[in-house]
Amino acid sequence: MKEKLEPFLPVIGVVGLFAVWFGATSLKLVDPVLLPSPMEAGKAFYKGMYGVLGFDFVKTVYRTLMATAIAAVIAIPLGIVLGASEKLYRSLEFVIDFFRSTPASAMFPLFLVLFGVGDETKISVAAFGAILVILFNVAYGVMNARKTRLLAAKVMGASRLRVLFDVMLFESLPQTFVGLRNGVSLALVIIVVAEMFIGSQDGLGHSVFEAQQMFEMPRMYAAIFAAGALGYGLNLIFLTIERRFVHWSGK
Amino acid sequence: MNAAQHALRVETAGVPSANSLTVGAIKRPHVTVRGLSKKFGKTTIYDNFDLDIPRGELISVFGPNGCGKSTLINMIAGLIPMDAGQILFDGMQLADIKFGYVFQNYREALFPWMRAFDNIAYPLKMMNVSPAERKARTEQLVARLGVKIDLNLYPYQMSGGQQQLVSIMRALVVEPEILFLDEPFSALDYEMTLFMREQLQKLFMESGTTMVLVSHDLEEAVYLADHVLLLSRHPARVADFPAVTSPRPRTDATLSDPEFVSTKAHCLEVFQREVRRA
Ligand SMILES: Nc1ncnc2c1ncn2[C@@H]1O[C@H](COP(=O)(O)OP(=O)(O)O)[C@@H](O)[C@H]1O
Ligand SMILES: [Mg+2]
Repeated sequence: MKEKLEPFLPVIGVVGLFAVWFGATSLKLVDPVLLPSPMEAGKAFYKGMYGVLGFDFVKTVYRTLMATAIAAVIAIPLGIVLGASEKLYRSLEFVIDFFRSTPASAMFPLFLVLFGVGDETKISVAAFGAILVILFNVAYGVMNARKTRLLAAKVMGASRLRVLFDVMLFESLPQTFVGLRNGVSLALVIIVVAEMFIGSQDGLGHSVFEAQQMFEMPRMYAAIFAAGALGYGLNLIFLTIERRFVHWSGK
Repeated sequence: MNAAQHALRVETAGVPSANSLTVGAIKRPHVTVRGLSKKFGKTTIYDNFDLDIPRGELISVFGPNGCGKSTLINMIAGLIPMDAGQILFDGMQLADIKFGYVFQNYREALFPWMRAFDNIAYPLKMMNVSPAERKARTEQLVARLGVKIDLNLYPYQMSGGQQQLVSIMRALVVEPEILFLDEPFSALDYEMTLFMREQLQKLFMESGTTMVLVSHDLEEAVYLADHVLLLSRHPARVADFPAVTSPRPRTDATLSDPEFVSTKAHCLEVFQREVRRA
């Protein structure tokens, strides 16, 4: 009986949240202009996704995935090279850590000068942030490859290059996926912020910002919800790929 | 290589064995260790150490914890460098022979991203054997050993014993001239350990490969060995190198055989003497 209820536990939180929201609006505990009822917000979301909000959603997905893809293509090979040579990594560690700790949003003005106000700027700032996160994780994954496994490959006559591709690469995959998931989350944050403030005509960030400016609260909540669903969905997709692809992780 | 070539190499490249340890009647040595020295920091583990390992025998290495058993086979197998000395295999260098190594920690030694079958075939890939022949030779080995495990599983889907069996098969697939095993069963439960001892004895009798087995269990060391290499505390010396003459296949009955019992008692005596020595 208890086990049967187990899968439904997460639903309780969701139902609870909507109940509180519904209660607060129907009892008029909050200004209805600031917090519309769940039904109104839901209607705005439903209608929006078939219209402008849907278009903004697709734009943000495109930019986020583009940034993540560019970051992955640059950071994964670089991370493997850095991780394989501990001396090289140690000599660059400070630079990587420093830029990893620098808020990527602080780079907007620089990238605006470099790329103008188009998509390139948003995507490249997000890619910049994601690169450092992915790079760091890949390099650590390679560096923390199990010593015994490397020795085993060496004992079987594997060359250094073979050890790199046959063992270190696979050993680093679980950590690489951690990096990819963090990278895509960060890219989404940066893209949404960029869409709000740097001369954007579309995207979820723009949608939230515009709705707020025009005081269309249901539409704003709908856009916020869409952004949340996107972040959650991206994480879920990456987790699913990871489980299939890195089936040995944690075993 | 044929026997004549072997003999030739021993004659021409053989090392003088005046100071070698030849306790009892030992076959022509397979491995000769001469003047081996090794320090870790200020600790001397080996100082001018000599040893002959007879061909086609199973040698158990037994000694106090931390005396240098792993260090010895790791240096012979080229996993760690030696400070000084020479190790030859029939007069040849390690790079010229085929050998296998089985790690204690099978979990970390196998490749979890490969199925068991591909794990076993991996060393053949390193020897540039074609995929078709890799498959054929691996299947041959499996058939010869009569192993009944589903080799399409990934290592983490198998029991510890099965994983270690896969490790041993991976080491045997290249038909090594010598096989090193560092406490291969110590991470297994007792029941599995007993089973794996039988498996190893079967493999040894089947293949005739020279084997060097590090064990921390005296009964196991004596039960499996043709000679027991008893080491002192470091700097390690050969405390004794007694032969175990009980006929193979050894069984549970061997354990209560008077000769076996007395050999084991002798080993224990030597071990305790070495442990007590300050
Ligand atoms: N890489 C290393 N660095 C420093 N000391 C080591 C290292 N490997 C082993 N030792 C030391 O050398 C001694 C012999 O180690 P080992 O050969 O592993 O012993 P065992 O006989 O138990 O297998 C031990 O005292 C150990 O602490
Ligand atoms: Mg050891």
